[in-house]
Amino acid sequence: MSFIQYLVSGLSLGAIYALIALGYTMVYGIAKMLNFAHGDIIMVGGFTAFTAISSAWCPVWLSVIISIVVCTVLGVVIEKIAYKPLRNAPPLAVLITAIGVSYFLQNAALLIFGSDSKNFPSVVKNAPPFMLVYENSGVKFFTSPVDTADKLLLTISMETFVSIVVSLVIMAALTFFINKTKAGKAMLAVSEDKGAAQLMGINVNATISLTFAIGSSLAAVAGVLMCSSYPLLNPYTGSMPGIKAFVAAVFGGIGSIPGAMIGGILLGVIEQISKAYISSQLSDAIVFMVLIIVLIFKPTGILGKKINEKV
Amino acid sequence: MSEKETMMLEVKNLCIQFGGLKAVDNLNMSVKKGQLYGLIGPNGAGKTTVFNMLTGVYKPTSGTITLDGENITGKAPAEINKHGIARTFQNIRLFKNMSVLDNVKVGLHNAQKYTFIEGVLRLPRYFKEEKAMDEKATELLKVFELDGEKEQLASNLPYGKQRKLEIARALATNPKLLLLDEPAAGMNPNETAELMKTIRFVRDEFDMTILLIEHDMKLVAGICEELTVLNFGQELAKGVTSEVLNDKRVITAYLGE
Amino acid sequence: MKKTTLNNLITCGMVLAFFAIFGGLSAAGILGNKLSGLLVPIGIYIILSVSLNLTVGILGELSLGHAGFMCVGAYMGGIFSTIMQNVITVSWIRMIVAIIVGGLGAALFGLIIGIPVLRLRGDYLAIVTLGFGEIIKSIANNIYIVSDKNGLHFSFANAVNPDIIDEATRQDIMKGPLGINAPQDTNLLLVVIVLMITLVVLMNFIDSKSGRACMSIRDNFIAAQSVGINVTKYRLSAFVLSAAFAGVAGVLYSHSITSLVSKKFDYNLSILILVFVVLGGLGSLRGSVIATVILYALPEIFREFSDYRMLIYAIVLIFMMIFNNSHASEILKEKVSALPIFKKRSANAAGGDSK
Repeated sequence: MSFIQYLVSGLSLGAIYALIALGYTMVYGIAKMLNFAHGDIIMVGGFTAFTAISSAWCPVWLSVIISIVVCTVLGVVIEKIAYKPLRNAPPLAVLITAIGVSYFLQNAALLIFGSDSKNFPSVVKNAPPFMLVYENSGVKFFTSPVDTADKLLLTISMETFVSIVVSLVIMAALTFFINKTKAGKAMLAVSEDKGAAQLMGINVNATISLTFAIGSSLAAVAGVLMCSSYPLLNPYTGSMPGIKAFVAAVFGGIGSIPGAMIGGILLGVIEQISKAYISSQLSDAIVFMVLIIVLIFKPTGILGKKINEKV
Repeated sequence: MSEKETMMLEVKNLCIQFGGLKAVDNLNMSVKKGQLYGLIGPNGAGKTTVFNMLTGVYKPTSGTITLDGENITGKAPAEINKHGIARTFQNIRLFKNMSVLDNVKVGLHNAQKYTFIEGVLRLPRYFKEEKAMDEKATELLKVFELDGEKEQLASNLPYGKQRKLEIARALATNPKLLLLDEPAAGMNPNETAELMKTIRFVRDEFDMTILLIEHDMKLVAGICEELTVLNFGQELAKGVTSEVLNDKRVITAYLGE
Repeated sequence: MKKTTLNNLITCGMVLAFFAIFGGLSAAGILGNKLSGLLVPIGIYIILSVSLNLTVGILGELSLGHAGFMCVGAYMGGIFSTIMQNVITVSWIRMIVAIIVGGLGAALFGLIIGIPVLRLRGDYLAIVTLGFGEIIKSIANNIYIVSDKNGLHFSFANAVNPDIIDEATRQDIMKGPLGINAPQDTNLLLVVIVLMITLVVLMNFIDSKSGRACMSIRDNFIAAQSVGINVTKYRLSAFVLSAAFAGVAGVLYSHSITSLVSKKFDYNLSILILVFVVLGGLGSLRGSVIATVILYALPEIFREFSDYRMLIYAIVLIFMMIFNNSHASEILKEKVSALPIFKKRSANAAGGDSK
């Protein structure tokens, strides 16, 4: 397989990481908390879509919507029950609560679905892959299998294609929402200074709920996309991607929205490239190593703001 | 030469720039040994920035700082403290979750010579020095009438006492020069009067040189011997307190045209 | 006597009494195999939680890589014992040397990791320590060591080439993902002795100028520098000490199970220990001890309800955190501390909760 092939699969994985990292970073920006349970929302999204698709009556598009709705509601409910009472508590207390929520979601899923992995049906299973083939006359484009293996440049599966396109569209929409709409600006204001935002008449509670809602719906989309590309689904499916997305968010500068996008995509690419060229077993270690090197030279991540304590 | 020897602090052509902003521009200041010197000026004039450069929190863009004949420009905060500058902070910075006594004992840290191993194995020197430090710290607390509260958490002290504890902690490091950043902030007139007494007492009892930032003109006029007035990062006036306070430019700077 | 010293003695006494009572019951056969089997891991987990409390509670830095240091100790000690099995035949001597090897090895890793990492603070430090823990785990998962009459053969990522090994004298020491099989040298008495040493060293460290320096850094970084505290030195020394004891716990652990695999040391283990520390109270070693005993033992005891126990555990965790930080608990705490027996709460033990 060619380098470009790995690059494309890295982009697709990275786009999914970016979606999860966006949720992480938005929640961090606004609630100043590390939402360790965020990864498990992905898993809930995956199981919800799985259950819906498995039932005969539900078309795929509806399953995805159901999954988004369930996760959005779940995210808001979790915030109201578990995090809101701790808004003025020390950060560690909130972190432990988030860990508790994570345990809760994992074990609830374990009780309902059991521990063995489910085979997730792709949401785009009937679509053929794209193939780019190099011929004398230039690069040609096929959507059905072609018998030109030696000249094959690149195969892009429908899953990969959808992951990249959907993620890009969502990121563009999110950027527009945050910078151009009233609710989005309110989110920026609350993350800058909760007290001042409240004095300016912004409903802080509603804004925080909205942030959790958006973050969780992104996680649901990420869950469906991820399970389509990597179809094994079990109660712990979300936990490692959650941690990786956390890494991506820190990598890009936690709290920064463009940072999360860049961090997520870079992380996916680094992971796939090191899997291909170094060692698949060590790819996670390499991802963390890159993070550590970046942070040592740029202690607040790629796009992170430098915060100086006023003396 | 003879004049130089009696100087505790000499600041020459001190500048610092944050981005395009010159926060302190070409400051010259000399504080004699044993002097009570005031650094005043309107809000945002750069007074605390000067303190931060003197104590190594910020590195000056240019200029030199000389303490008792030693060039300390650009050294790290802990190093500068070991050279003999101790300070308090405008927004009180105590070790909130430690007892009042322990706050002072942290100040005595570098006076304690027992090693990590001696501490962990509880060798005789640990007990000897800890006992001596307890006594010394209690003595210091007595000066500020805090010895009754020494087992309390620092955060449980009322505001005025927190300010005093900060001074006691700074003195524990056995400095040559003490920097006080708005010591009377948030105090009522009675407390301020008492604070003035304490500051004079510290100067006399500990043979201390004191440089202070203050907005309370009564305190400044009451205890400072000389003043430097800063405005927009530049020196506006300098000299004996009574003259400086009557200077037209100073009054304009404070009250406006 | 100083209040802190008295408090520390009480904590040590509690630990000794706990292990004496349950160790005795176990020896007399009253406790049953299942509960007896919990005593050694409880002791090991207490070492882990009190040592993590040094970093999180006393130094005030969130570390999510404690399991990584435990992993270093477990493997180094385990490899040492496996190789030395026929050289040092007296098991307790071999074990003591292994503990020292594992502890020093973890301390060395703590130093190497601490120097770059401690430039960071807060959440950045947390993710980087988590990353290091995962890196250590992955690397341990890929090391192969075989010994034969020609000496030791190392390999990374792939099994050692069988052609270069003398099959007759072959002994597999480390088998990549299959880990190591260290000799079973850990016993309850040894664990309790090591645990007591750990407690005493940590208590003495905290109640000395080093501990005060660490707490001052936790409470106010800038003020600590302003009174001449060498911030880097003390942050590093607390971090290294904490890593060393995690390594010691690792050695005890690898010698208490038949087969050690690196999967065990993932970030979930670090988080589990962190939960013990936070629920026990930041900066309070006694709290860590109590929380570890209760939180480790309960899910094990209630294994019959296996499907529901972790779910209940999660709910309890969430509600404990919410209750702990609620107004109701403030009132309750005031009422309890007003009782005469609780009148003497030490300032040192109050920890950095409000940071």
